[in-house]
Amino acid sequence: MFGSLDWSTLQQLWWLIVSVVGSLFVFLTFVQGGQTLIMTIPGTEDEKTLMVNSLGRKWELTFTTLVLFGGAFYASFPLFYASSFGGAYWVWLAILFTFIIQAVSYEYRRKPNNFLGQRTYEVFMCINGVVGVLLIGAAVGTFFSGSNFTLNDYNLVKWLHPLRGLEAAFSLFNLSFGLFLVFLARTLGALYLTNNLDHDGLVEKLKKSSFNNLLCALPFLLYVLVSLILMDGYAVNPADGAITLEANKYLNNLLQMPLNLVLLLAGLVLVVLGVVLNRFTASVRGIWPAGLGTVLTCLAVFFLAGYNNTAFYPSKADIASSLTIYNASSSHYTLTMMSYVALIVPFVLAYIAYVWRQMDGSKLTIDELAADKKSY
Amino acid sequence: MIEQIDISMVNWARATFALTAMYHWIFVPLTLGLSFLCAFFESIYVRTGNEQWKKLTKFWMTLFGINFAIGVATGIILEFEFGTNWSNYSWMVGDIFGAPLAIEGILAFFLEATFFAVMFFGWNRVSKKFHLFSTWMVAVGSNLSALWILVANGWMQNPIGMAFNPDTARFEMQDLWAVISSPVAISHFVHATSSGFLLASLFVLGISSWYLLKKRHIQFAKRSIAVACVFGLLSSLFVAFTGDEHAFITARTQPMKLAAMEALYDGQKPTGLVAIGLINPNKQPGDDKDTFSFKVEIPGMLSLLAKRSFDGFVPGINDLVFGNEEHGVMGVDEKIRRGKIAVATLGDYKGAKSAGDELAASKALTLFDEHRDYLGYGHLESAEQAVPPVGLTFYAFRIMVGLGTFFILLFLVYGYLMEKRQLENKPTILRLGVLSLFLAWVASQAGWVVSEVGRQPWAIQDMLPVTVARSNLDSGTVAVTFFLFLFLFTALLIAELKIMTKQISIGPEGD
Repeated sequence: MFGSLDWSTLQQLWWLIVSVVGSLFVFLTFVQGGQTLIMTIPGTEDEKTLMVNSLGRKWELTFTTLVLFGGAFYASFPLFYASSFGGAYWVWLAILFTFIIQAVSYEYRRKPNNFLGQRTYEVFMCINGVVGVLLIGAAVGTFFSGSNFTLNDYNLVKWLHPLRGLEAAFSLFNLSFGLFLVFLARTLGALYLTNNLDHDGLVEKLKKSSFNNLLCALPFLLYVLVSLILMDGYAVNPADGAITLEANKYLNNLLQMPLNLVLLLAGLVLVVLGVVLNRFTASVRGIWPAGLGTVLTCLAVFFLAGYNNTAFYPSKADIASSLTIYNASSSHYTLTMMSYVALIVPFVLAYIAYVWRQMDGSKLTIDELAADKKSY
Repeated sequence: MIEQIDISMVNWARATFALTAMYHWIFVPLTLGLSFLCAFFESIYVRTGNEQWKKLTKFWMTLFGINFAIGVATGIILEFEFGTNWSNYSWMVGDIFGAPLAIEGILAFFLEATFFAVMFFGWNRVSKKFHLFSTWMVAVGSNLSALWILVANGWMQNPIGMAFNPDTARFEMQDLWAVISSPVAISHFVHATSSGFLLASLFVLGISSWYLLKKRHIQFAKRSIAVACVFGLLSSLFVAFTGDEHAFITARTQPMKLAAMEALYDGQKPTGLVAIGLINPNKQPGDDKDTFSFKVEIPGMLSLLAKRSFDGFVPGINDLVFGNEEHGVMGVDEKIRRGKIAVATLGDYKGAKSAGDELAASKALTLFDEHRDYLGYGHLESAEQAVPPVGLTFYAFRIMVGLGTFFILLFLVYGYLMEKRQLENKPTILRLGVLSLFLAWVASQAGWVVSEVGRQPWAIQDMLPVTVARSNLDSGTVAVTFFLFLFLFTALLIAELKIMTKQISIGPEGD
């Protein structure tokens, strides 16, 4: 089935798969966003514990999706994996550090004799939610703004900036991208918690929080969108692989891929709709339209970066070193085999949805946690 | 290919990877085995309806959860460290190596992550049977995860199912099934996972023995020991069996590693096995110094283990480094000579292609094809570089095997005393059980030292040395990362140990 597809079709298919995984990850950063809310929203220790435990039932899915995102990129676009991780060294390590400290924080937070104290683990969660997401956003921002690297004849990367990737966070565009993701994650976190908790006082605060965080996200979103429309981009000639600078490349991409424009607009509308429903009606199910909207918006962003003959990882230092889905990908054979493996993904999503439904059949309460001494 | 090789950077990168892997392997084997033990315990509870077994299950699950979290934390670093510190490797073999990592995520991690939440928080939210199913799924998911990462590791030890593409200057997969079903990968998987079962059994046995010594939670401890004893004995026998098979495969695929494991410098026919020995630290390949200042040797045994025949020839380090015509062993010097030709002709080929000179490209490619099997050796500067650290490999192997044999005897003794209902009255044996809890980790770590140190200097056996696999980083950057990891992992390990010892001291009654 997949073996008969030509290489470029498989490369495009795998950009789609990577985009789906990346978009699901962004949706699942509601966990990270929720982690930042535990510092401000709860009024009592019980309320904080309720929020942490609700998030704690999902944190592994986010974590696992991040790992899968890395693995999928490794298998399908190894030159990106090698160039970005080996080049933008410090930014990726900083992101990883925030995920290391997150991984232990839920389990260790309230355990007796936990060495660092409950507050430290809560700060760890907050660092993961702010710094981790911000830097991920800045790193993804370089898909458009570019990075300073070169590749030699053997495609081995040399990074030219001494901050090795951290410089991405000092670009206004990348920073805006990162801050947009931080506030989006907080918005999603508030929406998720609203839907998952049985606590009137908290739910009311979370409803307000989701709206306020969306308002905070909007200026950054606006800046990113306007910049994207105005900025030049790196175009690849499919015939010879030559990369050139093209004025208003991303605007051109939107106009030449109208479906992508629809995806972007529909996604943004759904996010706003989810938040508005949550804030101004009795509904607590705003997470679903907002979640779907997040996925659609992110898909549009990934498509904008990689499709329509665009270099998805541009090099500002040496335009010829820029990575495209054609020059950075695995071989035809590997992409074919991995495509068969990817057929399993719908089954994985199905059992996750089934289990999620089983576990979230009734909302989480403080009383339930009080009866469970193993809670986070 | 690499203009300037910064050896100290390579060593810092190796140290960082060793540090991360060794910390990770503190937690992973316990997860692999304890997940199944929890599933056994809960199965008994569901079958009997006895609430004591539920309490027992929940206690061991608590310890599982504490351990699991830090295993996840250290695991994510390993995946991404291939990109950060070994980016040339990632590009050159990402086609092959990335696949099992992605499959691991799809098939194993989601299974683990999804059912983990049910296992811990679903007691009152799902049916008893669905909860049990979830616990089993966590065990299956954990061990499936091990399968894929060990497939990846097995491929590094014995690269098959691929070919080097001179146009892209990288290795590309040709047969995924060959990669997955590689005997080295399968033997790695069964040996490593069963050693995890063994370690977890000793963990349960050790803590339960401590309770018996303290006269606390007697029934709980006996029940736990009964299950751990059976699982541990079967696992330890399987570890021995798979270890033997693993060594047999190593003899064929990584003869230099086997020679280092045995500190065998000059191959003989037949070759004896040094059961215990003290290596002369000044011994070097090619000199005429004695290898051992003291040894106890079993005649012909290494020939039997490595060749399945009492008089089989097992090549030693000197045979492999300097060659042995009589037994058809090519020396490393000759391999380096051929490898240098491969490296040079690859450069010529790429240069000619860039210049559009097809004739020169064709000539260079023909010459390259004749020498491509030795490409990796072209990056070595001397034959001695192909020799791994002998002493470390030799001693680590003996520690692993010696402790493995001791564990079999320990489980037999525990089983016998349990059967005779005399275990509580044997404090010496119980203390030995508690001590074995720690020895299990020593054996487990020693096993990985043999596996990874013994294959140096190769990132991919015979194909890619670590000096070429590295990222383009300076040594200071990697050294800083090493100490950051050391600090962070140590802090988290201390936290884990403090939390776990507290939970153990609280015991199941505190549930």
